[in-house]
Amino acid sequence: MDFKSSDTIPGPRAEDHLPHTATAAVKIVIVGGFGVGKTTMVGAVSEIKPLTTEETMTQAGIGVDDNYGSETKTATTVAMDFGRISITEQLVLYLFGTPGQERFWFLWNGLFEGALGAVVLVDTRRLEVSFDVIGRLEERGVPFVIAINDFPDAPGYPIEDLRAALDLSDDIPIIKCDARRRASSRDVLMTLMRFLHSLAMTSTPA
Amino acid sequence: MTPPQRRRRYPKEEPPDPPGKGGEDGRDTSGDQDGKHGTETKPRKNPERLYTITGGDEAGDRAALDLVTLIVARADVPPPAAQPEQSALLRLCTAPLSVAELSAYLSLPFSVVTVLLTELLAAELVQARAPIVRQALPDRSLLEAVMHGLQKL
Repeated sequence: MDFKSSDTIPGPRAEDHLPHTATAAVKIVIVGGFGVGKTTMVGAVSEIKPLTTEETMTQAGIGVDDNYGSETKTATTVAMDFGRISITEQLVLYLFGTPGQERFWFLWNGLFEGALGAVVLVDTRRLEVSFDVIGRLEERGVPFVIAINDFPDAPGYPIEDLRAALDLSDDIPIIKCDARRRASSRDVLMTLMRFLHSLAMTSTPA
Repeated sequence: MTPPQRRRRYPKEEPPDPPGKGGEDGRDTSGDQDGKHGTETKPRKNPERLYTITGGDEAGDRAALDLVTLIVARADVPPPAAQPEQSALLRLCTAPLSVAELSAYLSLPFSVVTVLLTELLAAELVQARAPIVRQALPDRSLLEAVMHGLQKL
């Protein structure tokens, strides 16, 4: 690998350094289809400019039989944007915006398994894009809330119609939001945290 | 106007998945709306999966690092013998930084950064602060701390 001199490597700005007291981090995953506003939401609440981590995905090439014996593996780079919120001097929250396709989820170890929970960001113009994502989170037992990114020209379905369409039980919060706005995106995260808290209250023996 | 209707991939009356499913490998993709996902994810030969399963100990090749494991350099100045990538990494984490941030700033894939960090951890040049992961019974005080932090945004 041709690696540039370390002097030229960009690092965090001085104000982006975490305090030395930072001892633990938690993460929340924002998942949704392409263009639904995941990075916008991350950027709206993050204290740092959203960053991008990459992973390479190797997959068998198409038409293996035609190319028998030749190199048919191709590497695809998959990117994931993320942001950060310092909660206390000790605790840091990271937000990852990840594509809905499950095959990406393996690339980053424990992306969902270790997360506190997930926000499914939905564009009602393409509601069906979120169907698979919701099914996968249910299968994995990852607690999630639904955030409807309220695009101006999107159909304004009533929440209860959306709940029926998404086949979600009454306890799963559905909230409309404007992912560009910090307060609105913060409210989505608060909704997720309150939901997780209520799960913790009900699952703990009295 | 009515929205399109999601169909559950598993009918509710179906028995739960057998234990030891081990996550996605045993996943029934027959109901997958996009069948190619199943065929693409089945032959899992990439080292990431091996590492995920073994936790790095058995394979002895990578430390168990999460995207949000915080990395801190143990010394202010990298040793002169360090490789350029390692020196860059050590300079970045004089203050705590997550593995994800290191990957972003170095423009290196997450898996490559974990390999570099495994060497640095073995050489005791960096310290890893493990993330708090979701438990079967979530820690209420942790959730309350996060809520309190978000309210200040």
